[in-house]
Amino acid sequence: MSTTFDGMVSTIRDKTTTFRVCQYTGLKVDVAAQRLIIANAVAAVVFLAVGGVMGLMVALTRWPAVHLLPAEWFYLILTAHGGNVLLFWIIFFEIAVLYFASAVLLNCRLAAPKLGWLAFLLMVAGGIAYNVAVFQGESTVMFTSYPPMMAKPLFYISLIVFAVGALIGVGLFFATLAVARAEGTYEGSIPLVTFGALTAAIIAVFTLVTGAIILVPTFLWSVGLIREIDPLMYKLVWWAMGHSSQQINVSAHVAIWYAIGALVLGAKPLSEKVSRTAFFLYILFLQLASAHHLMAEPGISSEWKIVNTSYMMYLAVLGSMIHGLTVPGSIEAAQRRNGFNKGVFEWLRKAPWGNPAFAGMFLSLVMFGFIGGISGVVLGTEQLNLLMHNTLYVPGHFHGTVVAGTTLAFMAGTYLVLPLIFQREIVWPKLAKLQPYLFGAGAAGISMFMMGAGTLGAPRRHWDINFTDAVISFQHSPGVFLMMALNGISAILAALGGAIFVLVVVGTALFGRKIGPGHRLTFPLHAGARTVAKYGSEGTVKLPGTIVLVSIFFLAFVLYYFVNWKYLSDLWLFR
Amino acid sequence: MAITSPERRIWWNEPVERVELIWAGVALLWGLFMFFFMIAWHFIGGQNLSNEAYRVVPDAYVQKVEDFAQKYQVREDSGTPVAKPPAGVDVYLLGRLWQWWPVLELEKGQSYRLHLSAADWQHGFSLQPTNINIQVHPGYEHIITLTPTEAGEFGIICNEFCGIGHHTMTGKIIVVDKQGAK
Repeated sequence: MSTTFDGMVSTIRDKTTTFRVCQYTGLKVDVAAQRLIIANAVAAVVFLAVGGVMGLMVALTRWPAVHLLPAEWFYLILTAHGGNVLLFWIIFFEIAVLYFASAVLLNCRLAAPKLGWLAFLLMVAGGIAYNVAVFQGESTVMFTSYPPMMAKPLFYISLIVFAVGALIGVGLFFATLAVARAEGTYEGSIPLVTFGALTAAIIAVFTLVTGAIILVPTFLWSVGLIREIDPLMYKLVWWAMGHSSQQINVSAHVAIWYAIGALVLGAKPLSEKVSRTAFFLYILFLQLASAHHLMAEPGISSEWKIVNTSYMMYLAVLGSMIHGLTVPGSIEAAQRRNGFNKGVFEWLRKAPWGNPAFAGMFLSLVMFGFIGGISGVVLGTEQLNLLMHNTLYVPGHFHGTVVAGTTLAFMAGTYLVLPLIFQREIVWPKLAKLQPYLFGAGAAGISMFMMGAGTLGAPRRHWDINFTDAVISFQHSPGVFLMMALNGISAILAALGGAIFVLVVVGTALFGRKIGPGHRLTFPLHAGARTVAKYGSEGTVKLPGTIVLVSIFFLAFVLYYFVNWKYLSDLWLFR
Repeated sequence: MAITSPERRIWWNEPVERVELIWAGVALLWGLFMFFFMIAWHFIGGQNLSNEAYRVVPDAYVQKVEDFAQKYQVREDSGTPVAKPPAGVDVYLLGRLWQWWPVLELEKGQSYRLHLSAADWQHGFSLQPTNINIQVHPGYEHIITLTPTEAGEFGIICNEFCGIGHHTMTGKIIVVDKQGAK
């Protein structure tokens, strides 16, 4: 087995690889890897733009005073929105992150660039086919496509093709790690960011294989070869893909938080051991979260629900809470070393808030924890779930994780990818500076106002909360309508922030000044980024600011948790 | 830095800062508390979702609901039969494109065995403004012992997407005070 593998590595080694040395980080960059990173990042942004416009249309339709789209179009656009942003934008970007964390950070060549292009083409084909299938009509089944509701075969095939492409990309990441190890391009263990990317990749394999396990039979059902798909079985397996894919995001964006801290502030992990253990907890436990979608279902025992929904006694939440300390902690330690040592919060006040990479990263960290994280645990509590299952609270929660958390972190990462990988200076820096705040405010707004509307009972995926054409009339409380209006306004803010992001990326890629030797970056990296000599754990540090931050977080978490138990205890009795 | 390999090859033997250990300990204990609180609520709480469910052929379930509605019908509401079963009996509710059927009239403080299932696609039973939300699957008959604790008219809406008429899918539960209680 090992001889075959070694043989494979050596044949690939015969090919010539072109490298360049990055003047800012000293990293050796494989030009073939660089091209693939650019291609995947561009595809990601295209799908973000398309899916983002769709998201705005959905929010404007759900704002009762505007009610933009007719019903058929609303449900169709909502189905397309889910695929474009939740799958295509995020996974394209993650593939770029994987190539970066393997080839670039390990000073290694990408194992097989041609396979990378095959993966890219399959993913593009899948992404386009998904949109074609949805826009042909008759596949308006929502992103989740719960049977017995059936889409056209193309709908399922498009997702399978996309998943196969992504799986090849993930395989290429593993192969590159093997090449780097075999060729000795790094010493000791892989960097923490690569370790985070490895976590994401391992979860991605689980996710994509599960996707195949459920989508292949569902496809066969749609062409008439299988008589029936059990709706409960489908949900259990589908969400082992659907929720686990969100865990890829978490691992990837935490890795990006660490990377931005390192590049912009020269931050070291407080302790390699602790941060890596936190990632390892993700690998062991995050996949159990399929159960989050089965709390309100018949036919599943409470014992199963409790063990799985809590990721085995909240051990994966433990991982996230550890990152919640170590990421700001490493930034505080770095800033104090950088000379901002006064008081409890000088390190934070004088952080580079004008650098969109840092601003986006820190906003993402705070909002992922406070909005997405806390609401996720509450929503995933067996009994509390019944208060919110399938209400707007659910999209509120996952816009807190995927939009305010992951998407904002990926945008922040892009502000480093543009100068370092595209090698072009960012155009319109003033707009870029504003962008994370605008998008962040919008993302926070849509998350919290949807959660508010859901707490008041507003359903998700619903065209008309006035129930105009219902035989038995029903009227929501006025608070719901206020929340939906505020959600609409927030969506406009987020869309504006998203549009600026797309504009800056496209503008930079097309018209940005080529970065030559000696160029001073508009948004500079930390001086320490120039050399790879300073590395390792931070060592003894005092972190009063971070302790205050995590204490506030913990207090908010505990309070919000018990407020929801109070809500629950006021309901009718049921057992 | 986080983008470079650890300085010490044997990084897993480095001592860990106290602040990290304390925080990890707090988070671990909080997680354990939340885990055991879910279990505890099964003993101390009044709101736990029933685990009683059976496989059922959708057509057979529809028949059961129709028999039930016929037996206990007291009047019509917006063209839908209103069933008023005596306290304690089995109550049937059907989710189908696009209504919750029939309308139920229950007594406050009485317990009922509520049967929930769907005739066609999945639906989302969402009792409002009380905000109790339960997923309803065709082929699965879910039985919940339900005790209304307040009187009034309550809407049932659908919060699982079920096609183009999804937003017109509603129903109603009327809760009256116990007879002779006033």
